[in-house]
Amino acid sequence: MVTKEREAALDRMLLEHEVERFFTYESSLLDERLWDEWLELLTEDIRYYMPIMRNVKYGEQERELTQERGGINYFDEGKDILAKRLQQIQTGIHWAEEPLSRIVHMVTNVQITDVREDEGEIRTKCSFLTYRNRVETETDFFVGRRRDTLRRVDGELKICRREVYLAQNVLLAKNITLLF
Amino acid sequence: MALDTGHVSMQQYVDRERGLISRQIFVNPDLYDIELERVFARCWLFVGFVDQVRKPGDYFVSRMGEESVILTRDRQDQIHVFLNSCRHRGMKVCRYDEGNTPVFTCPYHGWSFGLGGDLVGVPHYKEAYYEELDKSEWGLIEVAQLHIYKGTVWATWDPDAPPFEEYVGDNLLGLGLFLDKEDGSEADMEVLGLYKWVFPANWKFGSENFLGDGYHGTPTHRSVELVGINPAGGRSRMTAGSRKVMEASVSFNISHHGSGRLGLRVAPPDLPFIEEYQDNPVVQEYYRSVYERRKRNMGERWRLSSGNGNIFPNTTQGTRQSICVWHPNGVDSTECWRWYYVDRDAPDEVKDMLRHYYMRYGGPTGLTEEDDMENWNYAHKASKGTIAKRYPYHYAMGLGHEIQSHPALDEFGIKVNGTASLSRPGRKPTEQNQRGAYYFWADLMEADTWDDLRTQGRWP
Repeated sequence: MVTKEREAALDRMLLEHEVERFFTYESSLLDERLWDEWLELLTEDIRYYMPIMRNVKYGEQERELTQERGGINYFDEGKDILAKRLQQIQTGIHWAEEPLSRIVHMVTNVQITDVREDEGEIRTKCSFLTYRNRVETETDFFVGRRRDTLRRVDGELKICRREVYLAQNVLLAKNITLLF
Repeated sequence: MALDTGHVSMQQYVDRERGLISRQIFVNPDLYDIELERVFARCWLFVGFVDQVRKPGDYFVSRMGEESVILTRDRQDQIHVFLNSCRHRGMKVCRYDEGNTPVFTCPYHGWSFGLGGDLVGVPHYKEAYYEELDKSEWGLIEVAQLHIYKGTVWATWDPDAPPFEEYVGDNLLGLGLFLDKEDGSEADMEVLGLYKWVFPANWKFGSENFLGDGYHGTPTHRSVELVGINPAGGRSRMTAGSRKVMEASVSFNISHHGSGRLGLRVAPPDLPFIEEYQDNPVVQEYYRSVYERRKRNMGERWRLSSGNGNIFPNTTQGTRQSICVWHPNGVDSTECWRWYYVDRDAPDEVKDMLRHYYMRYGGPTGLTEEDDMENWNYAHKASKGTIAKRYPYHYAMGLGHEIQSHPALDEFGIKVNGTASLSRPGRKPTEQNQRGAYYFWADLMEADTWDDLRTQGRWP
């Protein structure tokens, strides 16, 4: 491999490594209930969108997801409401998270799909498995895909867009008190 | 063949003198099986909105009790509800959530059914059936009665069930006020979408919460009150204005035929428009115009409004523009479907504001409803034990304080055939509606026919 190509490949690997480390770090903040630190990883203008997946006829997949900014979604919100969700847990009387659940986020199959140098944005795809166990035996597995857009702010990666595609139709958990 | 439900006494589960209800009715699998026959196969159930089937061929796959049904509109603009099961070998003829189709074709052996339910295609009809199969006898199974009320579609499997409006009884007024547009004109809903999710508690927990539980708010929802999610800003889950209207009004709980209204409200005649969307002029002006139009459209009746409610057994109205069905899903499980809608002619800014409010309020990701489900989940779980089942739940709040009339009701000529309880002014939650629902449940579970209810004086 000529040096120039090799350098480009190494740059890409370094970026991939940085993104993967970022997701690992981010997951650990949520697992360790360091919510304020987690919120700092979000840009002020973040959009957090989690549609419902519908059963549609082959060829009509464009109707498969409920629409952002138009339909009823699990999440379709910005930082203010995300912060309220985490604030609610910290009241100590949010019964759905009191006592606190034991949550483990796993992120895998990370890919960079686009790098926009001009906007400082990196588009990514990954798969997730989020485990929740609470009270005594209550256990849920949330499995799905995510598309995140990361933005470099003052040299640090931040999340400016997150799309969460839970691979379920009827939600099998009684609620989603956690964030992906 | 219907399950032989025998003549088990159901009155043993309800103590009308003391206002006690046995935990058995929530956790006993034998009672649950009888319930599927005697409650869900006989009562009026909500199926969907007319808005979901606006054009011929539109369909929405819904659910009645434990079973899948198809809500559709045929070429003659007739709305139908069919059991989603092929007559030949039972396969679901539709496994999509919604869409538009000319015909429902069974994937198994290929029988196909028209939008009117008629069997229109049978593979090898000549060769294998010798044309002896009477297709007119083998169409999709259709509900016995269907009723469209203010944009909502209701159905029952029982041809003898009382007509919908008689069934809803005293609560038709509240249901109508709830469904009509905020400006008081005839309902015209735009459905935004729906959540479907499963939680581990008997279906009655969800139903009774909206039916009549004005008591759980502070302990259950204090965390969301502290955080504040209302669209006008500040703390609380409700806007300060809507709380003021509630507090200024005389409010009644109404119970009849098992259904209940949690807050039929009569506002004072001098109730002003409350400005609370100063940050959003479009929303502010819209609500000002709604306030003025409501007076024009309804006359003096503009003062009447409705809070949450539940039509027996499991169709909830509330919170705000939402209908929710607590589908029985086994004795220990509920599959909830919660729809949200807005008035079709509201400005986009208002629709968007409400949509965001609804999403953060209710459903499985709603900051308010999440905590309800935690309570229902563990109330159910802790009621299943051998010892637990020996002890009834206490439903006696307000027992003996029911009323049949009140000047605020008389002023509008509102007759109470069931019971009413005054819940405001002041704050007087009452469990009248829950009692009414479970007494009616016991009566219906025992009655072989609807006429039995009438002759026994249990259909006031």
